[in-house]
Amino acid sequence: MRRSSASSITGTWGNTVQIARVVGTVVSTQKNRKLEGAKLLLVQPLTLQDEPRGVALLAIDSVGAGVGEKVLVVIEGKAAGDALGRKAAAVDAAIIGIVDSVDCQFEGD
Amino acid sequence: MQLARVLGEVVATIKDANLTGSKLLVVQPIAADGSDVGRTLVATDSVGAGVGEHVFFVRGREAAFPFYPSEPPTDATIVGIVDHWDLG
Repeated sequence: MRRSSASSITGTWGNTVQIARVVGTVVSTQKNRKLEGAKLLLVQPLTLQDEPRGVALLAIDSVGAGVGEKVLVVIEGKAAGDALGRKAAAVDAAIIGIVDSVDCQFEGD
Repeated sequence: MQLARVLGEVVATIKDANLTGSKLLVVQPIAADGSDVGRTLVATDSVGAGVGEHVFFVRGREAAFPFYPSEPPTDATIVGIVDHWDLG
């Protein structure tokens, strides 16, 4: 699989929905007009074992997530713009859900 | 988007016509703790950022959106200047 440019830093694969942890908030007064009023959160992608994976990225919050919560993050421009509700907004990542639980069966479990 | 620190400016006289007038900055992506991560890159600037400032930038096709209706051939654009960030 080819690594997209967006994933080369984050260490994540492709334009996918990721499970991540909200680790911080970002305050920015001077930003692109289309981002005005948007909540910016720092999210750390996680493995299924809840270990950090790649580096933290900045995502628009469209669901009212808070620091410490596990969330679903979409890392794709069109979807992120849709989550923000603005067309042609300069965003490439958005929080689109808060995870209640993840149930996985692993081989050997 | 990614947090980054602006390291410097790039001057390019001859460039794509759609890039005319845009500021090109060298940025270093940083992690949540402020440490450098990954390679530096050149990003177009849409907010008037300067050297030494912390910013965030968008990657991919969306990097051209702040310059609409112009469509500069860029894959990374600074879209905000960070006042501060807090880790929970």
